[in-house]
Amino acid sequence: MPKLTIDDIEVEVPAGATVLQACEAAGREIPVFCYHPRLNIAGNCRMCLVDIEKSPKPVASCAMPAAEGMAVRTRGEHVERAQRGVLELLLINHPLDCPICDQGGECDLQDLTLFYGPDSSRFAENKRPVTDKYMGPLISTHMTRCIHCTRCIRFANEVAGVEELGATGRGEHMEITTWVERAVTSELSGNMIDLCPVGALNSKPYEYTARTWELRHYESVDVMDAVGSNIRVDVRGNEVMRILPRLHEDVNEEWISDKTRFVYDGLTRRRLDRPWVKRDGKLEVASWSDALAAVASRLDGTAGDRVAAVAGDQACLESMAALKDLMAALGSPHIDCRQDGAKLERPRAGWLFNTTIAGIERADALLLIGAFPRHEAALVNARIRKRHRMGGFAVGRIGCPGELTYPTTDLGAGPQTLTDLLAGGHSFAELLDRAERPMLIVGSGAVARPDGAQVLAQARTVAERFGMIKDGWNGFNVLHKAASRVGGLELGLVPAPGGRDVRGMLDGVEDGSIEVVFLLGADELDPRALERAFVVYIGSHGDAGARAADVILPGSAYTERHGTWVNLEGRPQAGLRATFPPGEAKEDWRIVRALSEALGRKLPYDTLEQLRRRIADEVPHLARLDRIEPADWQPFGAPGDTGSEPFTSPVDDFYRTCPISRASEVMAACVEEIVGERIGATGTDG
Amino acid sequence: MTISPDVETFAFTPDNEAEARAHIAKYPAGRQASAVLPLLDLAQAQHGGWLPRAALDYVAAFLEMPQIRVYEVATFYDMFNTEPTAPCQVRICTTTPCWLCGSEAIVAAVESALGCKVGENTADGRFYLREFECLGACANAPMMWIDDDFYEDLTPETATAVVEALKRGEQPKPGPQNGRNGAMPIGGKTSLLEF
Repeated sequence: MPKLTIDDIEVEVPAGATVLQACEAAGREIPVFCYHPRLNIAGNCRMCLVDIEKSPKPVASCAMPAAEGMAVRTRGEHVERAQRGVLELLLINHPLDCPICDQGGECDLQDLTLFYGPDSSRFAENKRPVTDKYMGPLISTHMTRCIHCTRCIRFANEVAGVEELGATGRGEHMEITTWVERAVTSELSGNMIDLCPVGALNSKPYEYTARTWELRHYESVDVMDAVGSNIRVDVRGNEVMRILPRLHEDVNEEWISDKTRFVYDGLTRRRLDRPWVKRDGKLEVASWSDALAAVASRLDGTAGDRVAAVAGDQACLESMAALKDLMAALGSPHIDCRQDGAKLERPRAGWLFNTTIAGIERADALLLIGAFPRHEAALVNARIRKRHRMGGFAVGRIGCPGELTYPTTDLGAGPQTLTDLLAGGHSFAELLDRAERPMLIVGSGAVARPDGAQVLAQARTVAERFGMIKDGWNGFNVLHKAASRVGGLELGLVPAPGGRDVRGMLDGVEDGSIEVVFLLGADELDPRALERAFVVYIGSHGDAGARAADVILPGSAYTERHGTWVNLEGRPQAGLRATFPPGEAKEDWRIVRALSEALGRKLPYDTLEQLRRRIADEVPHLARLDRIEPADWQPFGAPGDTGSEPFTSPVDDFYRTCPISRASEVMAACVEEIVGERIGATGTDG
Repeated sequence: MTISPDVETFAFTPDNEAEARAHIAKYPAGRQASAVLPLLDLAQAQHGGWLPRAALDYVAAFLEMPQIRVYEVATFYDMFNTEPTAPCQVRICTTTPCWLCGSEAIVAAVESALGCKVGENTADGRFYLREFECLGACANAPMMWIDDDFYEDLTPETATAVVEALKRGEQPKPGPQNGRNGAMPIGGKTSLLEF
């Protein structure tokens, strides 16, 4: 624990800390470009120069280890002249195109030049031009603006785990490039745009659409996967202009996936902005009162147990709670939030990511069972890679082949491998035995199989057999892909006694015992299987659910509501409404509430606060935002034999997993360029 | 910086592959990427003095390293050519010590001997003439580097003689061209005489 003085302030920092970190501990701001706390130290921008006693030259503080007794000066003529000089050199080749640069207003170079830079340039020669590079449909480049901090290269190598960016040439001729003009094949590539301290890497979809100071910011939660990434939605007028990450160390750190970041153009396409009612086999525009009356007249005289409801993958707690209350009021036991047919039931430990995302960093061995985290939850994957980079971490994998961003040992393809593992002969079994804090992750595909409950039980046995469950450590995890799933399960959106699950409902529709189906944004069901039922679709996009619908009640997307979502760890997080739903569309819970009144079974809440209080009464821990209620370890799953089919991932197309992403043209371009390219590259890329 | 395709596929000859494996064997297991420089050198020699993209990709696959890392190395070092050149490369050092000792005259002499300017190939496509930064032979300035050999202590006349010999297909004697032995004084020792 070295003690040193920074501008006469004495600080003590942990061993191994740098002078820059010591300066920050002393409350001094050090200007930086290349330094980033989550990336390796490069030390190439020279902006963080400070004076250290007995050193004749200023020292790059980001790369200098703090040592006992150092006396550091972060201010003064000498340091300021050095910083001014560095900025003058950086600006030699930097164009003065701030007025047309997307980074303008939030640019590190602009800001630091203002505070630390020279007032003019002495450079009268020609600036160095650099050709722009092609980096795919998400990142636009203006490489003359690049100051060679190499943050993007380090991010790609270290965090994203795809070594596709590099610096070619040297000195004056150095250029940042992908290998031969290809799209970056990472699910996290958009974070390079945030990392770029200048306007060299920009968001291609956002480019030239808004200036940063025109935007209003709303804090929200992402629903593209079950991670619950914290996001900031930037809005101008009533339009979402871009989505950026918010810092949450325990969830997404400061990264978000490309789907989270770039899906927003899907918010304005294929929207349902008016109620529709099917008359004579054709959907026609209707008024809200007509649409609600149509539902009421169809339900009139229909017994409660001939009605069913399915909650979709992006539903918020509030709308699901209202739907559950409505079904209870109608006297129907048929309700389900597991569109994919996942065999997940109480107790809670059987559906949570018990280790927590941050807890992955404490694990020392990991067994993936039918999970492909890179596509199912890109930020969980990033956390696993972070753990891998710390060293002393082994990953075994059963099923779901494909390239992850860390080395894995492939143990087998199907549930049989679990049996083998339990029998003990496996070398990976020995590894798990030796591990102090082993963990396993069961993919949502593995529990959605017909034998899902048996797979779950076997995974539980594996967890118990290899010491994954002990005091202060729970290594059993389910990797969800749907943002609503854990919230729905916690609220109890599963069939009541005598009720049918999704599979049973579809069978019921087929044999006529289910006549009316409510879909709350449920778009992953086959519309043809619902043809014989009267389908009421509450949702935002014209997708599969709307195709099946007899009445469409236009709802809101996740950015258009005050909502709460529970992520895969069981962490409730609230998002703010950033824009209003288009046209006559309304917030989903209000639609359910209005529907209940039209059906003569008025729900006992008129405001969001009342509804939230009701949820808090029912499930108190769902009201404790950002807190995880740990689950007790109890038996779950079902005994019995498992099938022999190999595990497969439910996400075969990362960029299109929900109605919003399927409506997004940017996501479609990604599929074409990145996924298509990957397939095309087979056999020619060495 | 461009990397030209030229050929579709590239592979080491059996001899070169054996040599490549010998280079890799010098490094600990799992550190085979350390052999990237000698392997690129081999590949460049095999492909007539420059590295097509296929060769870079081949070396990357051979060493199990990301392609971009090989591109970085190949474009960082001036000794690697990523664009087509003539097989015989004449590189004249023009950095300060050589320049002080008259490298401008050497450049002029070689240009007229080869009949091409710096940065160009000769008309017959055999020679490629270029300037080079310091090659570390300052004690024997001025100097030039042709294929794998240094020719040092040049005068315009000796430089012309070396190039003319190469044009005739002969192999001139590498090293100092003024009779010196290495970097020792031309007339024998002048200091440290008692040792």
